[in-house]
Amino acid sequence: MASKFQVSILPKYCKGCGICVSVCPKQVLALGKDKAQVEHADQCIGCLNCEYHCPDFALTVTEGGNDE
Amino acid sequence: MNYKDLLRKDKMPHIWCPGCGHGMVLSAFLRALAKKDFDPDNVAVISGIGCSSRASGYLDFNTLHTTHGRAIPFATGIKMAKPGLKVIVLTGDGDSTAIGGNHLIHAARRNIELTVIVFNNNIYGMTSGQYSPLTPHMKLATTAPYGNIDYPFDLVNLAKGAGATFVARSATVQPRHLEKVIGQGLDHNGFSLIEVITQCPTYFGRKNKMGSPVDMLQWQRENTSTTGKEGTIPLGIFAQEERPEYGENYFELIKTLGEGKSGE
Ligand SMILES: Cc1ncc(C[n+]2csc(CCOP(=O)(O)OP(=O)(O)O)c2C)c(N)n1
Ligand code: SF4
Ligand code: SF4
Ligand code: SF4
Repeated sequence: MASKFQVSILPKYCKGCGICVSVCPKQVLALGKDKAQVEHADQCIGCLNCEYHCPDFALTVTEGGNDE
Repeated sequence: MNYKDLLRKDKMPHIWCPGCGHGMVLSAFLRALAKKDFDPDNVAVISGIGCSSRASGYLDFNTLHTTHGRAIPFATGIKMAKPGLKVIVLTGDGDSTAIGGNHLIHAARRNIELTVIVFNNNIYGMTSGQYSPLTPHMKLATTAPYGNIDYPFDLVNLAKGAGATFVARSATVQPRHLEKVIGQGLDHNGFSLIEVITQCPTYFGRKNKMGSPVDMLQWQRENTSTTGKEGTIPLGIFAQEERPEYGENYFELIKTLGEGKSGE
């Protein structure tokens, strides 16, 4: 089932520190080559842990944007 | 207001190293501020010199990036000239407790309404890892290759002892707690100091073999506590009292003197 939350990552801002990956309770995020990426978008519960821990303002979690 | 709209987008991305906690402090500060109904034009953010002090350059307020250790004196001047402004100081542990330590204690003593957020990474990051007055005993630094024989200040007790009327400590691993206490500091009528435990993976972390930024946050999780757990660094609010604010006393005195002079 699609999640009602959408997680977006600005690659231009992301420095690949991996903090977001470590604080996500649902393994939505993973570290790619040198940036974070969304792996399991459907699992997101919108807890905002990732956005609040990101040191680089690279992550935004919004509600209701996954079904366009 | 979305907190990210308070950034100067043309200056982003910021220069801090991957996983540096300074961006987490900045984010919590902006979230706290965005929840208030301040007009951004009525906010002034002042910083000194250091990695942490670079923060002011990314913010779309009245900002002043001053000289090392002197953010509080500049902020004092601004607050006295324009008492209606919300004046906030973003500073490092070196900037505020070494070269700027004297300014810090006297601003606290005066109870001037400034919100001072100290980014405490236990080291001088910008100049490549010299120990600071907040480097713990026997930790390693470029200038303490065999361990730091100094003992650090307890910044919370230092600020309290100097007369600060709002004193809190939080940590980057607790972004919600951090945002909350910064918000309370911003509301305080008087001198407020918020010490934030933050990670410098590049110097403090590397020198002391603390691992990745994720590992450094894990260290914080295990070694800080909001509930007073034994053997951990306490987080929370440690002073919150009302005392006449410096500017109020000053303008009151001017008024009284002005009235006394009538008829001369
Ligand atoms: C008068 C003066 N002395 C020394 C310096 C060199 N200097 C620049 S930043 C800094 C320390 C920064 O440490 P801190 O305030 O803890 O900030 P951090 O970089 O760790 O965030 C020093 C000593 C300077 N710029 N000016
Ligand atoms: S926390 Fe932010 S900067 Fe770090 S990997 Fe995740 S998105 Fe990138
Ligand atoms: S909002 Fe929560 S569940 Fe969704 S990606 Fe971020 S940390 Fe994971
Ligand atoms: S040197 Fe340390 S404090 Fe400075 S930006 Fe890098 S990690 Fe942050």
